[in-house]
Amino acid sequence: MQRVLRVAAAAAARLAGAPRWGPAAAATVRWLSGGRESMSYDVVIVGAGPAGLAAAIRLKQLCRAADTDLSVCVLEKGSEVGAHVLSGNVFEPRALDELIPKWRQEDTPIRVPVSSDKFWLLTKNKAWTLPSPFDNKGNYVISLSQLVRWMATKAEELGVEVYPGFAASEILYDENQIVTGVATNDVGIAKDGSKRETFQPGRMTLLAEGCRGSLSEKIIRNHKLRESGQGQHQTYALGIKEVWEIKEEKHKPGSVVHTVGWPLDLNTYGGSFIYHLDNRQLSIGLVVALNYRNPFMSPYDEFQKFKQHPAVRKILEGGTVLQYGARTLNEGGFQSIPNPVFPGGAIIGCSAGFLNVPKIKGTHTAMKSGMLAAEASFKTLVEGSSMELYWENLKKSWIWEELYKARNYRPAFEYGFIPGMALSAVERYIFKGKAPFTLKHGRPDHEATDMASLHSPIQYPKPDGQISFDVPTSLYRSSTNHEHDQPPHLRLRDPTVPERVNLPLYAGPESRYCPARVYEYVSDEKGDQKLHINAQNCLHCKACDIKDPKQNIEWTVPEGGGGPGYTVM
Amino acid sequence: MKILVAVKRVVDYAVKVRVRPDRTGVETASVKMSMNPFCEIAVEEALRLREAGAAAEVVAATVGPAQSADTLRTALAMGADRAVHVLHDPDPQRPLLPLAVAKILRAVALQEKAGLVILGKQAIDDDCNQTGQMLAGLLNWPQGTFASKVILDKEKATVEREVDGGIETICLDLPAVITTDLRLNQPRYATLPNIMKAKSKVIKKVTPEDLNVDIRSDMEVLEVTEPPKRKAGVILSSVDELLDKLKNEARVL
Repeated sequence: MQRVLRVAAAAAARLAGAPRWGPAAAATVRWLSGGRESMSYDVVIVGAGPAGLAAAIRLKQLCRAADTDLSVCVLEKGSEVGAHVLSGNVFEPRALDELIPKWRQEDTPIRVPVSSDKFWLLTKNKAWTLPSPFDNKGNYVISLSQLVRWMATKAEELGVEVYPGFAASEILYDENQIVTGVATNDVGIAKDGSKRETFQPGRMTLLAEGCRGSLSEKIIRNHKLRESGQGQHQTYALGIKEVWEIKEEKHKPGSVVHTVGWPLDLNTYGGSFIYHLDNRQLSIGLVVALNYRNPFMSPYDEFQKFKQHPAVRKILEGGTVLQYGARTLNEGGFQSIPNPVFPGGAIIGCSAGFLNVPKIKGTHTAMKSGMLAAEASFKTLVEGSSMELYWENLKKSWIWEELYKARNYRPAFEYGFIPGMALSAVERYIFKGKAPFTLKHGRPDHEATDMASLHSPIQYPKPDGQISFDVPTSLYRSSTNHEHDQPPHLRLRDPTVPERVNLPLYAGPESRYCPARVYEYVSDEKGDQKLHINAQNCLHCKACDIKDPKQNIEWTVPEGGGGPGYTVM
Repeated sequence: MKILVAVKRVVDYAVKVRVRPDRTGVETASVKMSMNPFCEIAVEEALRLREAGAAAEVVAATVGPAQSADTLRTALAMGADRAVHVLHDPDPQRPLLPLAVAKILRAVALQEKAGLVILGKQAIDDDCNQTGQMLAGLLNWPQGTFASKVILDKEKATVEREVDGGIETICLDLPAVITTDLRLNQPRYATLPNIMKAKSKVIKKVTPEDLNVDIRSDMEVLEVTEPPKRKAGVILSSVDELLDKLKNEARVL
């Protein structure tokens, strides 16, 4: 079928003399062949997470206020909204208060205020209480997956079209290299590569793919957005999380606990969280910075080890795990913010990277960035201004101020755990964010891995099936699944590198850091070890894209509708 | 000729199901729901029959709460022309049983003047495998259940059925009821443009009262529990011990 629906053609013709960074003056028409279709919108948003939905909602609010309309479409690769959303989450409602002030009067899934805030230093057998560096008064313990579902209903009420199950796989450009939309890879791609695509032209394209978004990374590289932004590379951490249903007597709604120390060593930055929701549910997870050195470390097994700590296992005993999942997050903060504007659109949320590391919160800043981009998009599409406005307003907003104050905490740990804690204390209690210096990040995460010869393999305890579990059991709880008959979405830029470099020099770290055990080295008929990629297990966390020593693994988006099925994460 | 396809909104096949803490039923809140896989096959078959020219219109119908409209939208996005939504809020203690559903579908089939009704053979939540058969009985129409092939011509349907002994081929006079089995077809995916178009297709909303159907359930669910955890095996040391255990503990000798 060759049909082009041009919803915004008339509106596009209205726009005269688009400035250099504005949208194309006319929605580009593509002649399609072989079953491709095209539907154009004024704004196409990739990703139905907090940033994408906040942007969509804000756009429609601005339209109503100005008595005009823009067609807004949100594409989401998960089978439903929230299926790929995973976060701690202690939610700061600052941005939501600005976006939907009436949320407190509705049946918003924000029900559990933080009731206590504890900070423990763990050693192998004990938990030492330290003064809590956090201030969570006025914040809530939530499931971000649930919140995002609610935001999607709000967006649809305002007329936003949300399409879960559709993955944006390609950026579309016109002759002038201006982004004119995205192409989605329709389901039904056979392993031989024959596929059908739908083109999704948009006058404005906002990328809200979350941390290490596949399209966002391409755009950042091609347009050199890091260099024209704050300059530093992005640094990351991998968060592995479970939601448990625990015994009534152990459950304290709103209780927030963070830990540092055991099981991570002094050279590895990271910590854990234990948040009590309602309905006897509990979020528990371990976050490990991806600039860890020991290639034999397995964050998944560290998490299982952590749960066996006496102070932790007594909370979990008698409970059942409801869901399991993993996702990488940004730790670069202020120093790593790229210029988020490109010709034809902008990057919002964690795809750019606005997470406040010492607070361990990024949802509120992601939402605010979506709102700022929406405001700039509105002005660009309706009043003819430019998206540079988004970058300028970002620098004048509370996101900037907040991230500036938080900028030195994480880089301080480059000097080690003890100096890091000491510097953090100084930063918090003495400088209070006004230090006259800005620390830099160390080497990029993928370069930080030591050679395997410098370390020895770690013997992790066997899972007991009650508190700790093996990977297949955990994967089952993530409801992850992908259509069998599709080409693997994890691509090796050079297929010889795993056997030539990863295995001999680094002992195949991908077989250990992947929380879904996608990567396995198995012996072939000749007895040589070969890399086997079980792409179906993928949790879409992006750890491999970040941590592969030669940056040889490229995470590309599989058919929409696959991947994990988070509902309470 | 009009084909009526009945679909059901069930817990997605990939979800790990668990029992609610209050033991009134299975946890369905914040759990992924989708169209019953056998119903998808039914919709696909109806669409193929229409595309082959054997039918003029495909109407999808469902019985369920407001959210069941999503399931109808999926059917419309796959290609159904219209939909009928019989609104019914589920009560976990008195669930809607196949007989009640069959009575409702009978009323809809007569109202729509359907020439053929296609259903999935069973729903993956209750595994009843009764609705199609009861519907045929109430309508007094012939039935072809567990269909693995359907050939339609003006007045007859030739159905190949998957039965325990192999494949049975029967010939049904229309109007008839067919229930689908797994190997009948591979349902198509709804493409993005079709999902958009489905938004403007009509869904007629009715209630069981409008159809003059009494859906009072004679069955009350008292409790739902998980099956008991499988106990570990015991290694025995002698045949005498085995005999003793079989006689005194298992009581099978």
